[in-house]
Formats: sequence, C-alpha cells, structure tokens
Amino acid sequence: MKILSAQPDLKPEDFLPALQTEKESLVVMRPSVNFWKDGHRRLKKNKVAMVSLVIIIVIMLLAFIVPIFYPYTYAEQIRGSENLAPLKYSQTELTAIAAGQHVFPHFLGTDKLGRDYAIRVMMGARVSLVVGLVASFIVLIIGSIYGAVSAYFGGWVDLIMMRIVDLIYTIPDILLIVLLTFALKAPLAALAQKPGFAWVNTLGVNLISIFVVFALLYWVGMARIVRGQILQLKEQEYVTAARALGASGGHIIRKHLLTNCIGTLIVTTTLQIPSAIFTESFLSFLGIGVAVPMPSLGSLASAAIEGLQSYPYLLFAPAILISLIILGFNLLGDGLRDAFDPKLKN
Amino acid sequence: MAKENIVGKYILKRTVFGLLTLFVVASLTFVLMNQVPGGPFVADKSISKAAQKAMAAKYGLDQPLTVQYVNYFKNAIHGDFGISLKQRGRTVAEIISSKFPVSARIGGIAVCLALLLGIPFGSLAALHRGKTADKVITVFSTCGIAVPSFVLCTVMMYFFGVKLGWLPTYGLTGWKNYIMPVLALSFYPTAYIARQMRSSMLDVLGQDFMRTAKAKGLSQNKILFKHALRNAILPIITYLGPMIAYTLVGSFVVEKIFTIPGLGGEFVSSVLNQDYTVIMGTTIFLAAFMITLNVLVDIAYTLVDPRIKLK
Repeated sequence: MKILSAQPDLKPEDFLPALQTEKESLVVMRPSVNFWKDGHRRLKKNKVAMVSLVIIIVIMLLAFIVPIFYPYTYAEQIRGSENLAPLKYSQTELTAIAAGQHVFPHFLGTDKLGRDYAIRVMMGARVSLVVGLVASFIVLIIGSIYGAVSAYFGGWVDLIMMRIVDLIYTIPDILLIVLLTFALKAPLAALAQKPGFAWVNTLGVNLISIFVVFALLYWVGMARIVRGQILQLKEQEYVTAARALGASGGHIIRKHLLTNCIGTLIVTTTLQIPSAIFTESFLSFLGIGVAVPMPSLGSLASAAIEGLQSYPYLLFAPAILISLIILGFNLLGDGLRDAFDPKLKN
Repeated sequence: MAKENIVGKYILKRTVFGLLTLFVVASLTFVLMNQVPGGPFVADKSISKAAQKAMAAKYGLDQPLTVQYVNYFKNAIHGDFGISLKQRGRTVAEIISSKFPVSARIGGIAVCLALLLGIPFGSLAALHRGKTADKVITVFSTCGIAVPSFVLCTVMMYFFGVKLGWLPTYGLTGWKNYIMPVLALSFYPTAYIARQMRSSMLDVLGQDFMRTAKAKGLSQNKILFKHALRNAILPIITYLGPMIAYTLVGSFVVEKIFTIPGLGGEFVSSVLNQDYTVIMGTTIFLAAFMITLNVLVDIAYTLVDPRIKLK
C-alpha cells in the first residue's frame, strides 16, 4: 500500500540475506592497476612510440650483440680490399671464393684503409649509444639529487644552489665543451698511466672527457625540473608524517620524494639521451670526440666527406643511422611522457 | 611608476648577472686552455728551444699564470684583446671584426628564414588540424628535429653539389654559396618553430576570447592575425635566444663543411692551435653575444606579455 509517491515498493523477500552468486557479482574482478601497469598500457596503445622502441632495440642489437659474432673487427685492415663498394669483393677475395673458401661479404663496402664498413658503422652506433645512455645516467643522478636537496631544504640553501644552476645555465655550453674535451685529454691520459687506472684507456680518454662534460654542464635542466616537482611534493601530508616519525632528510628524499617523481625522471632521462648523442656526434664530427681507430657515427660522416665524389655510400649509413637513433629516442620519450607523466606536456 | 621601477630593477639584475656569467666563462676558459700541455709555440717543430723561450717572453707567457690572468683582464677591460700568437701581426679584434660579419650574415639569414617558414607552417597545421596539411607538416617537423646539421649538410652537399652540380660546395663568393649553409642552419629551427607554433596556436584557438571575437562578427582575417597570431607567437620569442645560440653552434660545423671563413671555424681552429689570445677573444666575444641576446629576449618577453610577472 503506497502512501507517498517516492515510497519504495518493498516486499519481505527483499530483506533475505544475499545469495552467494549475488555476492560474487559485487566483487570487482579486475586486478588493481598500479602506476607501472597503467603507464605500460598507455604506452602500448601508442603506435609511434612502440615502433620507435622496436627500432631502438634493433639498433641496440646491431650495436652490442652482432659485432661479437661478426667475422671482421672495426680496426682490421684487409689488404687489397680498399674502397670496395657495397657487396663487392676484391681480387684476392674473389680468388679465395673461386678456390672454394667462404668469404663474408662486405655489406656496406670498405673504407680507404680496407676496413669493413658495416662493422665500423655498428661500432659507431655502439659508441653513440653508450655515450647517450651513460651521459643521461650521469645527468639523472647529479640532477635529481641536486634538485631534490635544493627543493627539500629550501631557504638560503635553495637560493644559493639555484643561483649556481642559473649561472651554469647561461654559460654558452658549446664553447666550454670544445675547450673541456681538449683540456681533459692530457690529465686523463696521465691518469691512465697510474696503477689501478688502466680502465681509463679501455674506455678511451675522449669518451670519458665527454662524460665529464655532461657531468659538469648538462645536469642543470634535470635539476630544475626535479626541484619544481619536489617543491610541490614536499608539502604533502605523507612527508609531514614521515618527518613527525623522525625520518632524516636523506631518507625522505630517497624513499618518498624521488620515488614519487619517478615518471618525470624517466621521461626527462629518455629525452636527454638524444641530446647527448647529438653532442657526441657533433664533437666527433669536428674531430675532438672519440679517438681513432674507434669509430663514431659523427667521425664516420666527417671522414666520408673527403671521398664524397667517389664513395658517396660511405656517408649514407652513418647519416641515416644517427638520424634514426635520435628520432627514435625523441619519439619514445614523447610516448613515455604521454604514458607516465601527462602533466609534463607543456 | 611602480611598474617602470620593477622593469628597471629587473633589467639591472639581469645585466649584472650576465656580466658575472661572462666573467666566469672567461676565467674558466683561461684556466682550461692553460691546462692543456704544450703551448702555442711548442707545436712548431722548426723553432729552437731558445727561440721558443724568446717568443714566450715576448708575449708574456713566461710569467706566472696569476700575473698573466690579471694582465689579460686589465687589458681586456680597456678593450685590448691582444695579438694573435699564431697569425703574425694580426690583432684579435681585427680577426673577430673580419670573421664575425660572415657568420652573422649566414646565421641572420637562417634565423629569418626559420621564422618566415616556421610560423606560417605551424599556424597552417593548427588551422587544418588532423587534415593532410597538418600531417605532412607534423611529420616534417618531427623528422627535422632529429637530423643533425652535419648530416643535412653532407647529404645536401652530395645531391646538389656533387651529383647535380647546381650549387658550389665551398667558399663564399656568390649568392649561390649561401643557399646550402643557410638551408642547413635553418632546418632545425624551422622544424622546432613549426612544432611550437602549432601547439601554441591550438592553445589560443581554444580560448574564450576567440569565441568572443567570432561572436562579435569580426572577419576571419582579423580574428586570425589580430587575435590568434599575436597571442600564439609569444612563446616563439622565448625560443629566439636558444635559436640564435643553435645557429652559432651549427655554424661551427657548417663553416667547416663548406669551408666558409667565419668565426665558428676560427674558434675551433684556435683551440686546436692553442692560440691563447684568439681563444680568449673569441670565447669572450661569442659568450657576450649569446648572453646579451638571452637577456634582451627575456626582457622583451616580459615587456610584450603583461601576464608574465617579473622576478
């Protein structure tokens, strides 16, 4: 019997305990989505980013795995095989083939010293990638710690630290890079002679000086971004709670603040890689990058100019590869940003 | 009155900070170049030990570094940047004043070209969002950002210089010599500006005042040029500083490839030759140039856009 219009029409059955099947239908069957899964799902939907990721992985395989199995080495000079066009053989190699021996083809030809060009390009890509990855890692470490410390402690610490950042930011970096790479060569070479520092030579003096340059000059962008993030994060309640529980500043920065801007850190680091590769290839092109006989994509392109008239194919492989690497990391970085840190877009 | 006061203070602050940066750069350069073993005269094998000493004494290089440092800055403040140690009889000021106009001309044309192409292309892409024009421009600008200038230079040199023979590949004698260097230098900024312009134009097109302008019955042209473009162009101004720095950096490579006698090439070769006075002179000059431009751009930006607060 209804008295009011809004009165629900209730029956005694409505007050019975729920059945097992009804209970189950209320349980959320979807597994919880955490930060990584969420970002991963968004990244997978982004076709451009996935294609770039595949390209980067293929180039990494070519640069790090394939040279191990490759029959030629990057410094090996094959007599009589100078200046071969792609997939051509020299006289000696032809007679060897005629004699039934197996000669591995020069997919990209050889250079003027008879070195297989395909392996040189792959090694060049390896140098570029190592520079990009290591330099970005250095930038990540220095920049994030510096930015976090500056933001967390605030006050005059922040003021002084940020003035230093401003100063480094306005320094025209390229002038100092050219000078630094040149100035660091001798001290590093001297260091390599000392016992316990033989690794300096295996890595290459020039490579290390490029890393030092990045460690000195390039972290400021990262420091600024991290500082901005942490200035917001440190006002959150959980930071106050951690402090009330007696956590030290270092602990809060490590466990609470930096972990919470992980998205920004990933994206900024990824976007740092192409710029590091860009700088390295630029230096190598000018002849102050990686030392001979170690090839770099920049120095290969630079060497190709001399013989551009007769051997233009020597230019295309390094030129295309360096552009692909930079493009790939740029697009992947954009994709990661959309997936993990949409706020950073502007 | 109050506003003017703030602007004046801001300009003063930026200028002081710029001068400080310049001093730091110059000091760093001084320390770094003296770190490199050898010296300007050691590389010349033909010179005897005694002659080397005499040369070093003549240029004051035998004095302790601190004395050299103080002397250099004393002279530099009075406008005397010394004589080149390698190019006999030429002063640093002469070298810079003969080489810089060459670089400035190429860089200047490249910057203008990048603005003239980038802004219309970016706006076009934004206005035709999602259509073919937008897609083409987006693909072009994405690729343009990834290609280093030296790759572009060499590839262009091969096709237009070597293969087709249309353009000269070295020197700077006629207008044809300018085409490739300018294109190579303006490629990246054009792509970057087009991208920036597209996103800022899309931003502006979605604003309320655009709807108001349309509702007022303004003509399409007036809306576009008076309301949209003027607002969308503001972020481009901030890019002017980095862009000019980029063309300067690019000029190092471009001048090397096309054998153009500019200041970028002069700087690189002075570092390789350890020509101390030229290193110091060119570094101070280029750094001062870049820092001044950045300060001017920042000031211009804050003056143009009243929404920006001065700090």
